[in-house]
Amino acid sequence: MLLTLTTTHRPATDLGYLLVKHPGKVHSFDVPTGTAHVLYPEAEEDRCTAALLLDIDPQRLRAQRDAFELSQYVNDRPYAASSLLASALARVFRSALRGASRDRPELAATSIPLEIHVPVLRGTPELVSRLFTPLGWQVTATPIPFEAELGGDSRYVDVHLSGELRVADALNHLYVLLPVLDDGKHYWVAPDEIEKLLRSGEGWLAAHPEKVLIARRYLAHRRSLATTALQLLEADQPATEEEAELPVTRRAPLAEQRREAVLAALTEVGASRVLDLGCGGGALLTALVKDRGLTEIVGADVSTRSLEQAARRLRLDRLPERQKDRIRLIQTALTYRDDRLRGFDAAVLMEVIEHIDLPRLPALEAAVFGHARPGAVIVTTPNVEYNVHYDGLTGMRHSDHRFEWTRAEFAAWAESVAAAHGYTVTIRGVGEADEVTGAPTQLALFKISEVTA
Amino acid sequence: MILDVPELSLVALVGISGSGKSTFAARHWAPTQVLSSDFFRGLVADDENDQSASSDAFDVLHYVAGKRLAAGRLTVVDATNLQSHARAGLVKVAREHDVLPVAVVLDVPESLAWERTQARTDRTFGRQVITRMHRDLRRSLGQLAKEGFRKIHVLRGVDEIAAAEIRYEKLFNDLKGEHGPFDIIGDVHGCRAELEALLGKLGWHLVRDERDRPVDATHPEGRKAVFVGDLVDRGPDSPGVLRLVMGMVAAGHAICVPGNHEQKLARKLNGRNVQLTHGLPETLEQLEAEDPAFVAEVRVFIDGLVSHYVLDDGNLVVAHAGLKEAYHGRASGRVRSFALYGETTGETDEYGLPVRYPWAREYRGSAAVVYGHVPTPVPEWINNTICLDTGCVFGGALTALRWPSRELVAVPAAKEYYAPVRPLLTTAAKPDQGLDIADVTGRRHIDYGYGQTTVPAENAAAALEVMGRFSVDPETLVWLPPTMAPCTSSTVEGYLEHPSSAFADLRAAGVERVVCEEKHMGSRAVVRVSVSGTGDAIWTRTGRPFFGPELDEPLLARIRAAAAPLFAELETGWLLLDTELLPWSAKAGSLIRDQYAGVGAAGRAALPAALTVLDRVAGRGLDVGGLRDRLELRATEIEGFSAAYRAYVKPTDGLTGVTVAPFAVLAGAGVSYAKRDHDWHLALADRLVAADPELFTPTRRMIVDLDDPAAEAAATEWWLTLTAAGGEGMVVKPWAGLARTDAKGRLVQPGVKCRGREYLRIIYGPEYTRPEQLDQLRRRNLGRKRSLALREHGLGLAALDRLAEGAPAWRVHEVVFAILAAESEPVDPRL
Repeated sequence: MLLTLTTTHRPATDLGYLLVKHPGKVHSFDVPTGTAHVLYPEAEEDRCTAALLLDIDPQRLRAQRDAFELSQYVNDRPYAASSLLASALARVFRSALRGASRDRPELAATSIPLEIHVPVLRGTPELVSRLFTPLGWQVTATPIPFEAELGGDSRYVDVHLSGELRVADALNHLYVLLPVLDDGKHYWVAPDEIEKLLRSGEGWLAAHPEKVLIARRYLAHRRSLATTALQLLEADQPATEEEAELPVTRRAPLAEQRREAVLAALTEVGASRVLDLGCGGGALLTALVKDRGLTEIVGADVSTRSLEQAARRLRLDRLPERQKDRIRLIQTALTYRDDRLRGFDAAVLMEVIEHIDLPRLPALEAAVFGHARPGAVIVTTPNVEYNVHYDGLTGMRHSDHRFEWTRAEFAAWAESVAAAHGYTVTIRGVGEADEVTGAPTQLALFKISEVTA
Repeated sequence: MILDVPELSLVALVGISGSGKSTFAARHWAPTQVLSSDFFRGLVADDENDQSASSDAFDVLHYVAGKRLAAGRLTVVDATNLQSHARAGLVKVAREHDVLPVAVVLDVPESLAWERTQARTDRTFGRQVITRMHRDLRRSLGQLAKEGFRKIHVLRGVDEIAAAEIRYEKLFNDLKGEHGPFDIIGDVHGCRAELEALLGKLGWHLVRDERDRPVDATHPEGRKAVFVGDLVDRGPDSPGVLRLVMGMVAAGHAICVPGNHEQKLARKLNGRNVQLTHGLPETLEQLEAEDPAFVAEVRVFIDGLVSHYVLDDGNLVVAHAGLKEAYHGRASGRVRSFALYGETTGETDEYGLPVRYPWAREYRGSAAVVYGHVPTPVPEWINNTICLDTGCVFGGALTALRWPSRELVAVPAAKEYYAPVRPLLTTAAKPDQGLDIADVTGRRHIDYGYGQTTVPAENAAAALEVMGRFSVDPETLVWLPPTMAPCTSSTVEGYLEHPSSAFADLRAAGVERVVCEEKHMGSRAVVRVSVSGTGDAIWTRTGRPFFGPELDEPLLARIRAAAAPLFAELETGWLLLDTELLPWSAKAGSLIRDQYAGVGAAGRAALPAALTVLDRVAGRGLDVGGLRDRLELRATEIEGFSAAYRAYVKPTDGLTGVTVAPFAVLAGAGVSYAKRDHDWHLALADRLVAADPELFTPTRRMIVDLDDPAAEAAATEWWLTLTAAGGEGMVVKPWAGLARTDAKGRLVQPGVKCRGREYLRIIYGPEYTRPEQLDQLRRRNLGRKRSLALREHGLGLAALDRLAEGAPAWRVHEVVFAILAAESEPVDPRL
């Protein structure tokens, strides 16, 4: 809600000309979320400070709530610097942002000593530093602590910047980076935001080491927009830098190797009607669809969002009828019996079991091996022994993992399940195996034992 | 002429155009019972006479007929039905729904039909069509029986048609009018001595003939015996059992359905070639010694048995091998076959015996199904079905079920008369393990006893996600706390919620006495603890494990220890407690940091900084008066807001510092405590506090009679004190307990919450107490929240009731799931 801009360039009061706001007055502007004030706490020859204070009207903010993240009635918008403040800044300092000044054109084009203070901004000192230091600012960012009862620091910082820059650059940095640090937009991000980003980022964004993060966050994590913006930025860049960005050739990622291993196992058991249990966003399904040998493919997941994502990924609504008939997506929970899952040649549980609480695993076993009873079951899960190879990994590989097993634990489980439900099982590793810890992923292939008629 | 028609049947009218079928149908049946091909042609083609639409029209007609028959409704098809393929379609629909197809033929002179056809403007076909139809009719008459029509009525001429009357006959299996009380007896298999002993134990007096053989039995209370079949084979005295049962049936003292063993015996007695296995040779040998007249009687008796009965207003179904719901009260070959033999999967087990299809596991009917056929060590209710065959002839016991009390009475077998092929199934192989997804997904209508609700498919989908990924075992999750509505918005100045509104709300609901309970600001926790410790759990309001096993287990152990005396006193193996776990920060620490304390920290940093700027601007002689006042007020408000959440933050380390405030004891083994008053609940809570004062926090309370203004004033004062000290507020509940109903028998809200003025800053924002904001908030709509609260409460009570009566897991889960699904309704979360 507040930022101040100070200069010690003499005469410091020329800041009023650059900002087109007279230091001797209090300026107030109506903005969509309240009132923006420009006022000067000091206006001396040697030092002049302009403050932009956005007095947010909670009622008006609330009226806009459909348009942004105001999922919570109680929020920090009236206090923290955010896209609201950036919008106000763009509005009240429009010509200064463009670098135009009728009264002091040379000064506007000159770097002068500047200090900026943003008392409350979301972010970490480290990130603030990563964003502003490359632009020529000296950064002091102090975390704002919680009260003693809670202890520790809040996710807000008090930021002081100082440096010798043009006022227009300083304002453009703030206009782009305040929302980036806040990581939230109070309005729907439309494609024309790309243009705004490129305009404000002209001359500094393309060379910024954090341009990917800036573009992503500024465009509110809309990946397609961010990609477009980055491509447009790169077009301005010399070729040498572009080459440095090229990805080095590397071996197939583990996820891909896992898919290959599952497909190979399906071929091995000669399955033509296949269940992908816990299909998620459809990573495996897209591979399954390409296999003409599969006549019926059912993707099942508990999450309706994942299923929608999978439907989009498979372009289900655009597939020709004959193709579409092969594939179905259904919502199910693997801890319930589900008659729709009966009668298949094979079921795949790729990276699924570790998302089930251990005490609930017998319910999944009963539902899959006991009730659905496919001819074969393919289960993959992480090998926890391999985790030592992941630098910086503490805990499990995914925040939703309820457990990760050693090879011995997985083998013991697989064998007991096979014995209890009349299957035989073989276990193999997936991914490049380490001598000591084994492969990163383990795969169990269960085959139903012959039923004595 | 009287036409006998089974109450549930598919009646096909057969007759040429102009024979008066529609007139006949209109005279005897309601318009909705009659499906006319003309009407369906009109539906699909806008023209009742468009013969090219006939095929589509009949598709739809068959579909509608199928729906009606599935629902058990008599259906009449008004079409010419002169072609055998047309009639075959109807017979097929009837068979698919196991009802009897009936043909009623209207045979009028061709000349009359032509006369009538000519009189109609919409019929344009020529005389030769009528002639052809008449020829078809003649041909049809001889074929109807062969085609599968079980009753054929032919009305010849106008006079017979005019004079015809329909008389409905009950199906043989319809004994809905018999209300018992019944003693339903399992598979006897020739164990006459045990049968006599069991009847004696049940209070029957045996009637014996001159040779001292029991030939009848009477009960002083007029009870009726029901035999589930398999009276014969394997055992020592099949003829003796038959003599007694036949006598009881003949005297009207018993009802009997046949078992597969009677069926096979009858085939043998009727001269058919059957395999002499499974104890049949013993029976035949025993019958050798009998008078041939008796053997002949046996044959007639078995031939006359009806494969299943629907009794007691449809609440009870008896069949030898059980019966799935779709077959209740139906008649067809496959219904009879199911009743006698059950359904098999086509597989055989390791003993070479057929694997039975687990129909009981899928049974969802409201009628209790009592059956025998499969020997089990202990009879167990599975989805409202029970098997009474306790393997008497194999040395087990002979068991009876008393209806409607559902009491089981058994006598042990004197010895093992026959060696079983495989050991009796143990209960470990209980067939209804796990829950079926079909019982919770999709759009579902639930009648939960306190009301009815429809769960939209998308809410069910959302609930499934929580249930599938995060909840404790659904079979453990026997109850979820309902949401609670706040009191009507107060008009007291400066207050959005105030005790006076809460009291007024309950008074309006007809409640005379309330209990005001301190509302603990923590996290709701439902606790199930038992003597044995197995199946114990503590879960959140959305059914998730509370902290995770590392903390939940030791916490449950301490609660279990404190509850030990209560188990004995309430004579239960387990208890279900409704509690609040404190402090709030123990569970919601990250929420407080990210959400509330973050806002507090930002506000407490930003506002003073802005005030400093303004003071310096003012120091330069500029006027910032109004703006400064506004920001100063905000600075005070953010301090108030910070103080409000801070009150619920207390240091905890593992379980150290964690306390539990119990306020209701919901259920124990076989009992729901929903009807107990809150004095009872809170007294038990106090006992827990006394047992472990470090773990449990007491719930302060005050009882208020709503006709006593002084008591109300005292409670208001108490509320002001509580909330001034940082308390969240109070919940005002009808003193009489959870299941309090109004004068019309409808549930009343189990409580309304009345939250403190400062606490509400956390909910509505730091500045909500400003007069203009309060005015706006007072217009908040509580209707949705109230109806949601009441619905969830009723579903919760239903869960407790179903649990108490020992309902199958899916029945309890169904309503608990519906509570979770209801939480997906779009209701303002601040209420």
